[in-house]
Amino acid sequence: MLPLQIAWRFLTSSKGQTLMIVLGISIGVSVQVFIGSLIQGLQISLVDATIGNSSQVTITREDDTEYIDDYQSITSEFLNQYEDIDVVSYAIDQPGTLIDDGETNPVLLRGFDQERSNAIYQFDEKLIEGRLPSTDNEVIVGDVLFEDMNLAIGSSYEMNVVNIGSVMVEIVGVYDFGVTAIDESWMISNLGTVQSLIGVGDVVSRIEMQVSEPFDADIIMRGLQTDLGNDFEVTNWKDQNADLLSGLNGQSVSSIMIQVFVTLSVVLGIASVLAITVLQKSKQLGILKAMGIKDKEASLIFLSEGFFLGVFGAIGGVSLGLGLSYMFTKFAVNPDGTPVIDLYIDPQFIMLSAGIAILAASLASLIPARRSSKISVIEVIKNG
Amino acid sequence: MASNVIELKHVKKIYGTTIKTEALKDINLAFEETSFTSIIGQSGSGKSTLLNIIGTLDRPTEGQIFINGKETSKMNKNELSTLRNEAIGFIFQFHYLLPEFTAIENVLMPIRISKQKVTDEIIKRANELMDLVGLSKVKDNLANNMSGGQQQRTAIARALMNQPKIILADEPTGNLDSDTTKQIYQLLRKINRELQTTFIIITHDRKVAEEADRIIEIKDGEVNVDVTNQQYRQKD
Ligand SMILES: Nc1ncnc2c1ncn2[C@@H]1O[C@H](COP(=O)(O)OP(=O)(O)OP(=O)(O)O)[C@@H](O)[C@H]1O
Ligand SMILES: [Mg+2]
Repeated sequence: MLPLQIAWRFLTSSKGQTLMIVLGISIGVSVQVFIGSLIQGLQISLVDATIGNSSQVTITREDDTEYIDDYQSITSEFLNQYEDIDVVSYAIDQPGTLIDDGETNPVLLRGFDQERSNAIYQFDEKLIEGRLPSTDNEVIVGDVLFEDMNLAIGSSYEMNVVNIGSVMVEIVGVYDFGVTAIDESWMISNLGTVQSLIGVGDVVSRIEMQVSEPFDADIIMRGLQTDLGNDFEVTNWKDQNADLLSGLNGQSVSSIMIQVFVTLSVVLGIASVLAITVLQKSKQLGILKAMGIKDKEASLIFLSEGFFLGVFGAIGGVSLGLGLSYMFTKFAVNPDGTPVIDLYIDPQFIMLSAGIAILAASLASLIPARRSSKISVIEVIKNG
Repeated sequence: MASNVIELKHVKKIYGTTIKTEALKDINLAFEETSFTSIIGQSGSGKSTLLNIIGTLDRPTEGQIFINGKETSKMNKNELSTLRNEAIGFIFQFHYLLPEFTAIENVLMPIRISKQKVTDEIIKRANELMDLVGLSKVKDNLANNMSGGQQQRTAIARALMNQPKIILADEPTGNLDSDTTKQIYQLLRKINRELQTTFIIITHDRKVAEEADRIIEIKDGEVNVDVTNQQYRQKD
């Protein structure tokens, strides 16, 4: 292809100018790649911190004084039909008061199906002392409560529930969720302990789930609500974290704005440089036209220049952006050596940035390409 | 009798809309195949305008131009491009080589533009042309790495590459010294004889003009003198 070859020669014959444009595009693309990876990483770690160890979709009874007795069949009949539901766990909750030496503290006694719930809460990883509860009336408490009340592992304490009575629980371990609201109030035990305290049979108060696409939790929620009917209430994490979501949204929008403006400045830069190139190369264009090159092919020379610049700018930009990201994770670190923010390197996003750069560069060259068809042989010959 | 490869009928050219310059006034000319014509005339008389119109680089304000019997005013831009590529070779005062390409690549350019495949045979022809213009040694030099005369000879080889019927030259030796000028005209005559190419050459140089078969003098946009070589010499 002649236009392509001419474009290539034009670019390689003025190496300095070409390098400058490629560098310009590269910097633009690298900013995109870096900021994009940074913000995506930030969002992922934020979302992960919020919902990583919690129920993302939850089923309770509409009337919260009632319990769910057919939870096994709900799971087999409905929940197992959803491929996106990764984990199903059961819990029965009862608020009460923990009493020690006359000191009292409000707590939430949470009976979990130990095996299933561990997949959501990872109790085994959160445990900082002692062991997990294994039989009835064994509990673990959060480090905040443990220290506040000066509790001791291996000791039994009285827990009182208004209108129901009291039960003796033995503290066998201490966990740390890193969330004060949990660490000062949850007392975690098994289903049986809570069921017998309340005096109910094999029932639960909540069915908790984690899903493979957390951002689709509301879709699953709606499906389940339809399946289960009005006796049940299905909630999802997104409803409970509207603030977080709108924050994330704002962040995404500003990230897009940055990218749009970077792209725009790259486009303007290329367009103006290529417009000058058309003038620089008007002699060549004039003679090519005298020799019979068609306007379309003449335009193609400049489109190809734009394309080549875009491709090399994209390659340079992605490398530079990844390099920058790597340096960031190496130098912006916490005292323990872990990166301040884990960047999220999304190949698809990087391909997209590269693609946009190539497209933008090609589009930018449309202006000089159009200009090139206006160059007349006569003018060129006259001004020799 | 040889047929006319170029014919102009009542060709007029007016430049400008408010201040009108009548560069050509009712030109009627015909050029036979294989003829070698020189065009002379004072600066500003309209020689370049005439040649550019013949070469379809510019359109006349009025009148018709026939190239190979085809009227060019009815052709669109792309058709004119094809016509120029196939039938006309241009040589200008300045060589207009592409400095990004080597001499031989420049010579091959008309072939590439015509989208023909650059076959071994075509490369052979390009090399023969380089031989003809005496540039075999520097054919792989970038266009800028040659002397002015070499560049102009490369431009001549380029004009010949597509074996056009017509060569239009506008002061092709205007930038060259007299020795080189002589060499180049000998070369053009040789090409005219060997390849049967029709030549129209604008020149300021009387000596050069006298070498042509036919001499046309343009004055104020009109044909003032149109004579054969013999008639021209007798007149002096
Ligand atoms: N683009 C233009 N606009 C207006 N007038 C023009 C234009 N081009 C040429 N002319 C006028 O047309 C006339 C003929 O110009 P042309 O270039 O054909 O002269 P020429 O015979 O080639 O002269 P020279 O020997 O100096 O090259 C001149 O009067 C010139 O001023
Ligand atoms: Mg002139």
